[in-house]
Amino acid sequence: MQQNSSSSLFLRKRCPGSSLYSDTMNFSKVPPPAPSPLPVPPLLALAVRPLPLLPLQAVLTVVLLRICGEHPRIFDRLGEHARKRFGIKPTDLPFGFLLEPAPSRPRLSVVRSLPDDVDARISSPLAGLFGLVEGHLDGDALLFSRDLVVEGDVEAVLALRNAIDDAQLDPMAEIASIFGPLAEPLKRTLQIARTVASASNRSHKGI
Amino acid sequence: MELICPAGTPAALKTAIDAGADAIYCGFNDETNARNFPGLNFSRDELREAIALAHRRSVKVLVAINTFPRAGAVSLWHRAIDDAVAAKADALILADVGLLEYAARRHPGQRLHVSVQAAAANADAIAFYTETFGARRVVLPRVLSVAEIAGIVRETTCETEVFVFGGLCVMAEGRCSLSSYATGQSPNMQGVCSPASHVAYEQVDGRTKSSLGGFTINSFEIGEAAGYPTLCKGRFTTKHGTGYIFEDLVSLDAATLLARLRDAGVTALKIEGRQRGRAYVEGVVRHFRQALDALDSGLPIDAGQLVPFTEGQATTVGAYHKTWR
Amino acid sequence: MQLSLGPVLYNWAPERWRDFYFRIADEAPVNTVLIGEIVCSKRSPFIAPYLPAVIERLRTAGKQVLLGSLILTSLPRERRQMAELVDTAELLVEVNDLTCLKPLVGRPHAIGPFINIYNEASAAFHAQRGATRICLPPELPLSSIAAIAAALPNVLIDIFAFGRVPLAISARCYHARLHKLTKDNCQFVCEQDPDGLMLKTLDGAEFLTVNGVQTLSSTCANLLGDAEALREAGVGSFRLSPQDCDMVAVISIFRAVLDGREHVESGTRHLAQLYPDVPFSNGFLHGRAGFLSVAPDARSGQPHQFREPIKPHML
Repeated sequence: MQQNSSSSLFLRKRCPGSSLYSDTMNFSKVPPPAPSPLPVPPLLALAVRPLPLLPLQAVLTVVLLRICGEHPRIFDRLGEHARKRFGIKPTDLPFGFLLEPAPSRPRLSVVRSLPDDVDARISSPLAGLFGLVEGHLDGDALLFSRDLVVEGDVEAVLALRNAIDDAQLDPMAEIASIFGPLAEPLKRTLQIARTVASASNRSHKGI
Repeated sequence: MELICPAGTPAALKTAIDAGADAIYCGFNDETNARNFPGLNFSRDELREAIALAHRRSVKVLVAINTFPRAGAVSLWHRAIDDAVAAKADALILADVGLLEYAARRHPGQRLHVSVQAAAANADAIAFYTETFGARRVVLPRVLSVAEIAGIVRETTCETEVFVFGGLCVMAEGRCSLSSYATGQSPNMQGVCSPASHVAYEQVDGRTKSSLGGFTINSFEIGEAAGYPTLCKGRFTTKHGTGYIFEDLVSLDAATLLARLRDAGVTALKIEGRQRGRAYVEGVVRHFRQALDALDSGLPIDAGQLVPFTEGQATTVGAYHKTWR
Repeated sequence: MQLSLGPVLYNWAPERWRDFYFRIADEAPVNTVLIGEIVCSKRSPFIAPYLPAVIERLRTAGKQVLLGSLILTSLPRERRQMAELVDTAELLVEVNDLTCLKPLVGRPHAIGPFINIYNEASAAFHAQRGATRICLPPELPLSSIAAIAAALPNVLIDIFAFGRVPLAISARCYHARLHKLTKDNCQFVCEQDPDGLMLKTLDGAEFLTVNGVQTLSSTCANLLGDAEALREAGVGSFRLSPQDCDMVAVISIFRAVLDGREHVESGTRHLAQLYPDVPFSNGFLHGRAGFLSVAPDARSGQPHQFREPIKPHML
């Protein structure tokens, strides 16, 4: 896998001495999730490819902290599962996310590949993940259509899904309100992603 | 006919109100209700606020306290009843005769509904609940045909509520221990069927295998539509071959039967799915609101639109057609 | 500790059904015998001609005879059957569905394992209405059984102690479905499986058994090793459910172990010989998954020891 040097540096800094984020590690003992019927939007892949992970990491951290601050009920709903580590893999992106929602120090890290020891792994095209966070798509329906694959601690994923669904998040609005015009490149990218996502979802679902 | 809609969270409740629900059913975030899933349901404060909000919008809230209390811990369920009444619930949905007796005695004016978990499947059983506890409505188990429902309505003064969409129990509700046989947790006791804590998905030879309590429930090839890992929708093998022994991967959709259900005298239509997200609530409730409006205006009902929300991406009218048996 | 013999749940040939009960009457050390078709109302006419003779033989032999009601009653025909059953004033009725409870209120009756009694309050509700014996749902853990028995010292508490465990009832007939028949024209194919139809997982583990509209466990409940704890908990009777094996011998083993004439280990070994190739389970009693077999000493607070009842393997 091609590695972006800045992200490798970043990852090593975050986890000194750990092999979890090793560049060469194949993150999965199991075969990768089945290709999704949601078509991989080439536009999206093009749009995110040049995105350096470090700035993305910085943005996500700020957004996550803001979301956690404004929606404390998320932690009530997560309960004990807040201590779990969730690996989130957009199947159409060359990187994934590690979500550690522990209330004391919530973290959302960008990773080239998911660590082996996550409690649960959630894979879906970015369209599906966006739809879930924003509440426009139903998680069970995505599971039924195989656009969402869950492995590991299913209970934790269910708690996370329910907590997020209740929080009525609007990530675009959060980014806009935090960064204002400074967030334009990122917003543009996410806007493209969302448009492609919803278009491909509509065509896929026939609605 | 009233449209009764599910809400697993306050956000879903708001969504259901906006989408056109006449009433919403929900439960506390503990083992007193039959959708005791992680991250789901209402705290005491949330329920109070939700009921106040719903009442401002002229929508009713029915509180499901429909598991069977654990011996030695019945007070937990009594507290749920007291708190739901104090929060001004429009009705309590109960299944246990001890709880029905308690609610009728302690809160004589409170409207009581007999939960589907009580499996009151005929006019005699319904009469038992109305005469003994003053129950006003019964949620009918999903074992009856439309003709049988009409017969029940003719024989009883009790209001009837029937499921029109969502997960389909193949077994008589409230009388099924399949989940606890595999996992130790059951709908009747812990309020969970096929608990997520016992579910595993595994990628094996390019197929996704779902298992519950160590038992393989199903195996899907790439792109094949899936369903919940519930035992009654699993694929199993007998000496006659392999397949869906109990029920195919389908969800209930009775949109095409609305006129017949109305003519049968049904009071209320219920949408299953307190465990589902806002997107489901929005899509399904709005669809059935439009269908009921169309029914009232004598217009044709648009059916089949909700397939993306269903298990196996397929629907059935289940026991409403006698041939299902 | 008394013994009760549950109703035959399977579609046995009528003569076999009759002879089974004749032999029970003549040879089995059982106190109470439940009879009647409780699973599928369509089967009832087959045994009806033999009912009077069976009842007569059992009563002459000193057994208490109870009539079981249908587990799931929905059709008008079934409701009429139940109304007639309740009219049989001479015999105690075991109620398996609340359909037939109303006319029994105030009269002594029994409550069967298909009525949802999970706590002392609902048990007391039924006791106040005339229930003199209650067979509790097989799903109940020991703690719940003890709490219920303690609250109702005057009610005989019966516990499902042997047999494949009834787990679910449906309006749909799975035997008919498997044979691509409709339920109305089922040709009574369930008679081909007098001990139920085995259902395995995709990787070959035995899991459940199907009996027409009923689903049962693949394992056989066996609470022989838990008898002492159940006796201490106030349980007054063990319910043994007929399987396709020598039930007279099964009953005799339970009697011998309960009377201290045989050790639990040897009794269990004998049961396994009488009903071979069917793993025993008692997980429900220990608050665990029902299919598990938990060593009797597990309740003393030691770690649970499981017998491995399934050996999953890939096809």
